[in-house]
Amino acid sequence: MKDTNDASNQALSHHDLSHLQLEAPEKPYLDSNELIINMGPQHPATHGVLRVILKLDGEKVLGTECVIGYLHRGVEKIAENRTYTMFNPYVDRMDYCAAVSNGLGYCEAVEKLLNVEAPPRAQYIRVILTELNRIASHQLWLGTHALDIGAMTPLFYTFRDREEVLKIFEKYCGARLTTHAFRIGGCQYETYAGFEKDVKNFLTFFAPKIDEYEALLTTNRIWLERTKNVGVISGADCIALGVTGPVLRASGVKWDVRKAQPYAAYSKFDFEIPTGENGDTYDRYMVRMIEMRQSMRIVEQAVNGIPEGPIMGKVPKVIKPPVGEIYHSIEAPKGELGYFIVSDGSTQPYRLRVRPPSFVNLQALDLMVRGMLVADVIAVIGTLDIVLGEVDR
Amino acid sequence: MVASFMSYLGSRVSPGVAGNQLWVLIYVLIIFAGVSVAVICMNWIERKALAHFQVRLGPMRVGPHGLLQPIADALKLMLKEDIIPAEADQFVFWVAPLIGLLASFTVYTVIPFGPSQAVSDMNIGILFMLGVSSLGVLGIVVAGWASNSHYPLIGALRSSAQMVSYEVAMGLAVVSAILMTSLNEKGTGTLSMIGIVQAQQQQGVWFIFKFFPLGLIAFAIFAIAMIAEVNRAPFDLAEAESELTAGFHTEYSGLRWSLFMLAEYAAMIAVSSIAVTLWLGGWMRPFPNLLHAPAWDFIFSLFPGLTFGGLAAIAFIGAARMPAHSFFRIQRIGLAVFAALLGFIALLLLVIAIAGRSSDTSLAARVNEGIDYVYWFVLKVAVFMYLFIWYRATWPRYRFDQLMKVGWKVLLPISLGVLIVTAIVGVIFS
Repeated sequence: MKDTNDASNQALSHHDLSHLQLEAPEKPYLDSNELIINMGPQHPATHGVLRVILKLDGEKVLGTECVIGYLHRGVEKIAENRTYTMFNPYVDRMDYCAAVSNGLGYCEAVEKLLNVEAPPRAQYIRVILTELNRIASHQLWLGTHALDIGAMTPLFYTFRDREEVLKIFEKYCGARLTTHAFRIGGCQYETYAGFEKDVKNFLTFFAPKIDEYEALLTTNRIWLERTKNVGVISGADCIALGVTGPVLRASGVKWDVRKAQPYAAYSKFDFEIPTGENGDTYDRYMVRMIEMRQSMRIVEQAVNGIPEGPIMGKVPKVIKPPVGEIYHSIEAPKGELGYFIVSDGSTQPYRLRVRPPSFVNLQALDLMVRGMLVADVIAVIGTLDIVLGEVDR
Repeated sequence: MVASFMSYLGSRVSPGVAGNQLWVLIYVLIIFAGVSVAVICMNWIERKALAHFQVRLGPMRVGPHGLLQPIADALKLMLKEDIIPAEADQFVFWVAPLIGLLASFTVYTVIPFGPSQAVSDMNIGILFMLGVSSLGVLGIVVAGWASNSHYPLIGALRSSAQMVSYEVAMGLAVVSAILMTSLNEKGTGTLSMIGIVQAQQQQGVWFIFKFFPLGLIAFAIFAIAMIAEVNRAPFDLAEAESELTAGFHTEYSGLRWSLFMLAEYAAMIAVSSIAVTLWLGGWMRPFPNLLHAPAWDFIFSLFPGLTFGGLAAIAFIGAARMPAHSFFRIQRIGLAVFAALLGFIALLLLVIAIAGRSSDTSLAARVNEGIDYVYWFVLKVAVFMYLFIWYRATWPRYRFDQLMKVGWKVLLPISLGVLIVTAIVGVIFS
């Protein structure tokens, strides 16, 4: 294998691995050298087009380097050449598993810049759809994560049930994935007849399904062994790296933008923020499972208390925010999703910067997998819940 | 000539032992064809059963309910371009799937489908079986090495380590079953596969229930180790799709890849056969000693026919339930023909069972006896094959080090303990 190793070392020479401070194997014996493996961009378990260069000693991971950008579309640059309204659909294409959350963050940021507020009914609709989207996103995460660890079946169960959420989206706005559900200043569509009934039906339908997923995994011996003490990250490390979302909460830091800086109508609802203790893959799994249940609680309260009224605020026909800048962040399913918009007073943003949770969370990969085994790299990529559309933008 | 042929139907001697080369050849051909057909059936059943576990339909397009899918797949694989990577070791790459195939098919030479329904009755049958079946890993290791690529290499290393750690526990579990064969008046055990089944018949108990729960524990250890031996979920580390893309056969495609699959499924059937032979009474029908009256014999001999009848009924119901649209007409006719074929087999088997009832020496009686043995053996193996699918649908994959831990720290001590306790209990009770 020596020739191949040299060849791949040469091929990878443009990636300077020296900054990884790779440790040599503790006791070199016989004639052994490290194995450099190129995982991705075409790999069944890198959730899209992530490329990870692994340096291995046998099965042990000595270091990793992520190569991103295979899905780069220049979303932030596009924003500078589109009006505020025209850019709205583009944000759906970043985290395509949680398009509703992306839209909510963007609309709220522009509203804040315009100094308008969406009417209460619109706020409630936004909360319902966003939380349903959080459930859908977590279902997708659970299915793919379990598949990565080798359990095939949960994937099909979660996709079956995710379908019910997508049906509600489809009935509401005509799209399933890239919903473009919200407009600056409120919602474009009034809820369809039977929306509340559909949502309530989904809640009764979905509650036993979570138990079903948990029955397959939560106490499964192999699942426990594969996830406990795998990819451990401390709360301090999370904060230092800027990691947010369920990954941060599983490490014991109780930070959720919905509670910390309430937006939309979140301050009106009663829900809890689940936290973990060990910061391992199992805790992240549990946090997300509980979050799904909490999302159901929020949706239930919102759908029961949805007020009557208009769904669009007083927004000018041509959106021309005053000169200034704004940062607004929301709790997307994957973490804190922030929009930083600089306005020069024209109809187009002067600069728009997105703080994507997946991109920031992905930084923690190297820290979490060093010294672990190859199989854990897969588990950790799964547990970070990254979407490459959002990482690369 | 005819008399010589007849003498092997239902006689108590395997052709290899009797030195009849012609019968050996015929048996080998039958087994080769039978295993290949079984692999094709298994392919379809696995895809359908797995799909139904996972709220899917599985293959539905090629033939009624996807019945022709395995044939279509096989054709596709044969027609694919034969690729050998430029960097690979050409000859070793070429020979690797054959090693695996050879190993898993050679095992069948000692598997007794009945007291005389075996190619040979080797007096070291079980040793031969363990030895040859573990040669299969050589094919995997060689394939991984010859591919000259990283993922296959890791897959091959995992596979060899896995094999080493599970062979030991497996071997010890087998030894405790062999110990049980020596519990007769003479006090001599046997390594012959046929002898092991006959010992179970003489002692009047399947070894899984012998010295309860000792037999059961040994069986459980074997059942776990055999999954690891054939690289199936949750021990499918060597090909771990989500980690190593396809593990040791990443670089293989087309016919070579299909040979690996054929070898894997043949090995699954082979190890299931070992488990059935050692612990589940091999070819014996339930309660052969307790319910040995001719009436019971007759009732049990109806089972093969009834099974095929049941399958035919399911196929007929499936044909009847197909949508009435003209689009489905060909499929409906196809399924009905398939059902009729199964029904015909059922009828044939029932006729043989009824005809073989009257006398003990007629051709029908001998054929009937043979069918009975093979039927019960295949039924028991089929249960294991179903379990393989069930495991795959249920469990996540073990990690490499955890697999080692389970092998060395859990299975090995338990199997050693069971072996010692079995020996002590055997001495006390004999």
